[in-house]
Amino acid sequence: MGRTLAQKVWDDHVVRRAEGEPDLLYIDLHLTHEVTSPQAFDGLRAAGRSVRRKDLTIATEDHNVPTTDIDKPIVDPISRAQIDALRINTKEFGIENYELGNKEQGIVHIIAPQSGLTQPGMTIVCGDSHTSTHGAFGSIGMGIGTSEVEHVLATQTLPLKPFKTMAITVNGKLPVGVTAKDLILAIIAEIGTGGGQGYILEYRGEAIRALSMEGRMTMCNMSIEAGARAGMIAPDETTFEYVKGREHAPKGADWDAAVAYWKTLPTDDDAVFDREVIIDATKLSPFVTWGTNPGQGAPLSANVPSPDDFTDEVDKKATEKALEYMDLKAGMPIRDIKIDTVFIGSCTNGRIEDLRAAADILKGKKIADGMRMMVVPGSVRVRLEAMAEGLDKVFLEAGAEWREAGCSMCLGMNPDKLTPGERSASTSNRNFEGRQGPGGRTHLVSPAVAAATAIRGTLSSPADLVGSN
Amino acid sequence: METFTVHTGTAAPLRASNVDTDQIIPAEYLKRITRHGFEDGLFNSWRKDENFVLNRPAYQGVSVLVAGPDFGTGSSREHAVWALMDFGFKVVISSRFADIFRGNSGKQGLLTAVVEQSAVEQLWKIIEEEPSTPVTVDLEAQVITAAGFTTKFEVDSYVRWRLMEGLDDIGLTLKHVDEIRAFEAKRPSFKPTTI
Repeated sequence: MGRTLAQKVWDDHVVRRAEGEPDLLYIDLHLTHEVTSPQAFDGLRAAGRSVRRKDLTIATEDHNVPTTDIDKPIVDPISRAQIDALRINTKEFGIENYELGNKEQGIVHIIAPQSGLTQPGMTIVCGDSHTSTHGAFGSIGMGIGTSEVEHVLATQTLPLKPFKTMAITVNGKLPVGVTAKDLILAIIAEIGTGGGQGYILEYRGEAIRALSMEGRMTMCNMSIEAGARAGMIAPDETTFEYVKGREHAPKGADWDAAVAYWKTLPTDDDAVFDREVIIDATKLSPFVTWGTNPGQGAPLSANVPSPDDFTDEVDKKATEKALEYMDLKAGMPIRDIKIDTVFIGSCTNGRIEDLRAAADILKGKKIADGMRMMVVPGSVRVRLEAMAEGLDKVFLEAGAEWREAGCSMCLGMNPDKLTPGERSASTSNRNFEGRQGPGGRTHLVSPAVAAATAIRGTLSSPADLVGSN
Repeated sequence: METFTVHTGTAAPLRASNVDTDQIIPAEYLKRITRHGFEDGLFNSWRKDENFVLNRPAYQGVSVLVAGPDFGTGSSREHAVWALMDFGFKVVISSRFADIFRGNSGKQGLLTAVVEQSAVEQLWKIIEEEPSTPVTVDLEAQVITAAGFTTKFEVDSYVRWRLMEGLDDIGLTLKHVDEIRAFEAKRPSFKPTTI
C-alpha cells in the first residue's frame, strides 16, 4: 500500500523503532526563542549536558520584545531578564541568536522559511505551537513543550508515537477576494478546535495547489487551531521556486539531489488516510470569528449565532459564554460589529504578501476616525522589503502605525496589547479570552478584511468599499 | 520525576469546554525564567471572580480537576502544566485533551485521564453535591472511583509506564546514542545547517 506525505517524512526520520515504545524521531531543525527555552537550558546545565547539534539549532527574539524604540533598553525588567537569559544561554551553549536589531531577527516561523532553512521533507520543532507553519513546504513542523525543547537540545531527537493522517481536500478555485486565511478559518469552523487531535493534516486539491507559499504557510500555521500538531502541503514547483537561491538552500549537485528526493514525497495515489474532509472552495467567502476560540467563526455576511442554533449542550454553553465575553447580541449582522483596533502581523499573516494585500486596499484611503491600526512586519527582512516597495508610506499616510518586527499584539506578552473591553480585528491566530490583553476582544480576519475594516470602522470585506469613500 | 501509582484527593469541577492554555496561564506569566512558582498565574483571569470554582471554600486543597472537552488547546506553553502542578493538581480528567498539552503533562508527571463525557458529567454531579468526596485515580488499574461511581480511563501505555516508574525521557533516549550517531552518519548532505 502507498504512503502519505506525512508517513514518508516520518519514516525517513526514524532513528529507532521498537515494540511498545514511541518511535525515536530525528529532528532536522530546532528553532528556539526567549519564552520557552530558559528552563530547558537550566535543565541541561543541572544535568551537565550539552547541545548535541548547535548547527541544527537557531534562536531569535520575538515573543516579548517591543516593536518601537528597539534601539533603547527594554523597559519591562522581566522581559529584559528573559532576553538576557536567551543571550547568555545561546552564547554559553554555542547557538546562533538573532538579537533584536539584527537584520535576521523576526518571528521564528518567518525567519526560517525566508532564509531557506525550512525545506521540504524535514522534521522541524520549536517550543511554539505555530511550528505547524513549516508544513507548507512538505515538512513535519511541530510545536513542543519546554521538556521536549530540552530533550531536542540534548539528543536532537524526540520520542513520538506516529500520528493518524487526515486529508483535507479543497476542490475548485477560491473566489476572487477569498484568501488562504478565510479558507483555514472556514476549515477550523467545519472540523472544530478538537477535530485534528491525534492527526497530521494534509491540505490538498486544486485550491491548495494554486496558493503561493505565503498562503500555504498561513494555512499550515493554523492547523494547531484545529487541534492538529502538524499540517502539511506536498512540495511542488511553487515550493522549489521559493526555496531556490535562498542562502541555506542546497546548491549545485546538492540542489539536484534534494529536488529529486523532494519529488518522491507527495502522497501516493493508493495511500489511505484515516479521515478525509472535502471542502468546496467555490462556495467560500470572507470568513471571520465571532467567539472566543478559532472554531467559532462564520462568513462575514452572516449574523452572530445564537446558543439556540446549537443542539449539543457543550456547544450551547460555549456559545453563550463567548457572546457574553465578546459583548455581542445573537442575530446581529457580523458586518455591524464596530472595531477599535486593527492589527496586521503575526506568524499567520506577517509576511510580505500579507502586507501587500493590505496596502493595496489602503492605498490613497484613510482609516476610520478613532481607529487604531498597527502594522507589524513579521521580520526585519519583511520590513525592509516592504519599505523598498513603499508600503510603509501607504500605511502611514492612511493613518496606521508602522512598527518594528516581532510577535506584537498576537499574544499580549509585550507592550502591544488591547485594553479591557477593546475590540480588535486581527490577522493573528487566536481569539481566546484575553489573548491580546486582559479583557480584550478579538475577531480573527484576513489581511484584506483587516484593511477594509480599518477604513470602514466595522468588520468589512474589500467588496464593501466599492462605492464608498 | 516522582512515581505515580494511585492518587486520592478531592476534586474541582471545571464546567467549561475548550479551556485553552492562555486561560490556564496568561502570557504575562511566561516572561519568568524559573520552572516553579506559577500557582499565582493559574486561571488568573477567572480567579478574579470570587465565585470561580477554585475560589470557593468547599474546593480548597483539591488535587484533581474534572474539566470539559478539549482541555489544554492552543499554545504549547508547558507553563500551563507547571501552574496546575504548582497549584497542587496531580490529575486532570476530561473527555478530550489537546495533543501538546497532554504530551507536556506526561513529561512532568501530571496525569491526564481520558474518560467519556458521560463519566465527566457523573463526576461533576458527585463533586458538586459533595465537594469533600475523595476521588481515587488508580493508574495501574486505569480506574477512577468516587462515592461508589467507577469508570475506566485511557492513558497512553508508554506514558503510563514512565509515570509509574518515574523515568526521565532524556536519560532513556541517551541510552540509544549509538543509534542516533548511526542515523546522523547517513543524513543527506543537502540538509541545511544553521551555522
